[in-house]
Amino acid sequence: MKILVCITHVPDTTSRIAFTDGDTKFDTNGVQYIIGPYDDYALARAVELKESHAATITVVNVGGLETEPTIRKALAIGADDAIRINADPEDSFFVAKQITNVAKDGGYDLILMGRESIDFNGGVVHGLVGELLGIPSVSPVMKLDIDGKVAKITREIEGGKEYIELEMPLVAGCQEPIAEWKIPNMRGIMTARSKPLNVVDPVDTDHPNKLVRFELPPPKGDIKMIDPEHMEELVSLLKSEAKVL
Amino acid sequence: MPVIVFVEHDEGRIKKSSKEAICYASAINSGDVIALVCGNAIQDEMELLGKNGANRVLHATESRLDHGDIQAYASVISQAMDKENADIVVLAKSSVSDAVAARTAIKSDASFATNVTELPDTTDGFKVKRSIFTGNAFAWVELLKAKKIIGITKNSVTYKEEGGSAGVIDYLPVLSDDDFNSNVTGREKASGEVLLTEAEIIVSGGRGLKGPENWGMIVDLAKALGAATGCSKPVSDLEWRPHHEHVGQTGIKVSPNLYIAVGISGAIQHLAGVNSSKVIVVINKDPEAPFFNAADYGVVGDAFEVVPKLTEAVKAMLA
Ligand SMILES: Cc1cc2nc3c(=O)[nH]c(=O)nc-3n(C[C@H](O)[C@H](O)[C@H](O)COP(=O)(O)OP(=O)(O)OC[C@H]3O[C@@H](n4cnc5c(N)ncnc54)[C@H](O)[C@@H]3O)c2cc1C
Repeated sequence: MKILVCITHVPDTTSRIAFTDGDTKFDTNGVQYIIGPYDDYALARAVELKESHAATITVVNVGGLETEPTIRKALAIGADDAIRINADPEDSFFVAKQITNVAKDGGYDLILMGRESIDFNGGVVHGLVGELLGIPSVSPVMKLDIDGKVAKITREIEGGKEYIELEMPLVAGCQEPIAEWKIPNMRGIMTARSKPLNVVDPVDTDHPNKLVRFELPPPKGDIKMIDPEHMEELVSLLKSEAKVL
Repeated sequence: MPVIVFVEHDEGRIKKSSKEAICYASAINSGDVIALVCGNAIQDEMELLGKNGANRVLHATESRLDHGDIQAYASVISQAMDKENADIVVLAKSSVSDAVAARTAIKSDASFATNVTELPDTTDGFKVKRSIFTGNAFAWVELLKAKKIIGITKNSVTYKEEGGSAGVIDYLPVLSDDDFNSNVTGREKASGEVLLTEAEIIVSGGRGLKGPENWGMIVDLAKALGAATGCSKPVSDLEWRPHHEHVGQTGIKVSPNLYIAVGISGAIQHLAGVNSSKVIVVINKDPEAPFFNAADYGVVGDAFEVVPKLTEAVKAMLA
């Protein structure tokens, strides 16, 4: 079985969000980058499947040279080889086109990724790739087992979950509790250095969207503290002042 | 040109978020809003979409559409766009909406944006405002193609109910077996509960509640308020509460009118999922808990004493 895991290279969840260049660029100053937390779940499940089903794992990332430490981390966690598509991940359509281009002749049974990235939160790349390749896509996937050619999937729905079965190949947008995040061990880190990381050029695409500018939310107003003995006061403020009851 | 709204229902009942999407479409183009409903929805509820601004309802009655099949929905929407000559589709955020938007965009060669939080700005081009960095920032994006797919979040438009009902027309798109790849073998769903994503009020509990046996008071408060219940990540990781209640960066992003956080410290990853709530109340025994920095009202106290008092006060107010 061949698995392709698509990873994003995103600011750590505790990063300060700020913009530069007239609010058109993300301020990378002092920002630490990580594998997208949802992608990290997808990768962790792929590594488990590698052990149970003799799978091979390729990771792919659309990004410049700066994303290579993130890609190496994925190799250290257990991927066998990696592809970096050498381009700025301009938007989700562009990224999906690039992934589709490397996936189309790769013969992958499973294409796994996070259900969304944590920077732009589009939640669309799995659907775009599925449609561009003409194969099914499922999201958000909280459990994934393989039985022959069939994937047995638990998908989160509002207020619960749904169990579905479908034939591979397919694309899955993953989330917890599909697997637990894996931390690379020393041996993984050592072997990751010599695993193949192939750099390929992007394909041209059209651009359905154009970024105009970024904006920060307005600062939060002051907090009002309420005496824990006087919950009727809180209720009355929520009703008459905040008008939410 | 008409605007199509992809309307979802929960066991036949039209979701509030989809009604909101009708209001959104009607604010873009009142006069030609088509509600597209898939599967077995309640007839009266479909007609009542007229009150939110739908001029017509297209009902794709095919029973296989009862399950959330991303590909099939995309195929239905894309065909409806062609049939009606519609250039805009609006979808309310749900567990399938973003993926459906994506697949439809490819099928119909459309621009798309998900997590849109406001009406578009059409003064110069067609620009939408998206929530990014899990609610910590926004991006204005211009949708360049003639066709546009817009996924909206809760509270992106003023909700209204007025006017009369809409006519429902059966709609029979051409669907093949290829549109239905997944075989649904089962479903587990809390019924009769307020859904987190639809809720106007959410009462959420954290590790400060010590164990699942103490959730009774959270549920009582939620019941008194007609609220949904949520929780922090460790609470769902520890299986004190089901996973679909997990709120935050790696869980569900919510934007209710009122979010009440009980015994939750307010880690940045939790805040990311709740920061678009209108009003936040924090109950925590630690006055230094970071959540107070993001709150509108705060109570420093022991949840085990404060929450039952709050529930009584709510009941007294409603009595
Ligand atoms: C990549 C990543 C993603 C994450 N995603 C999420 C996410 O989506 N959602 C999420 O919630 N977390 C997420 N986390 C975890 C997050 O960092 C915190 O660990 C978590 O939110 C803490 O949960 P908590 O507030 O319930 O528990 P704690 O941090 O343990 O806080 C418990 C709080 O309860 C208070 N308390 C204790 N007893 C009482 C009492 N009797 N009465 C009143 N108050 C009391 C304490 O003062 C404390 O503030 C993520 C972390 C990472 C690294």
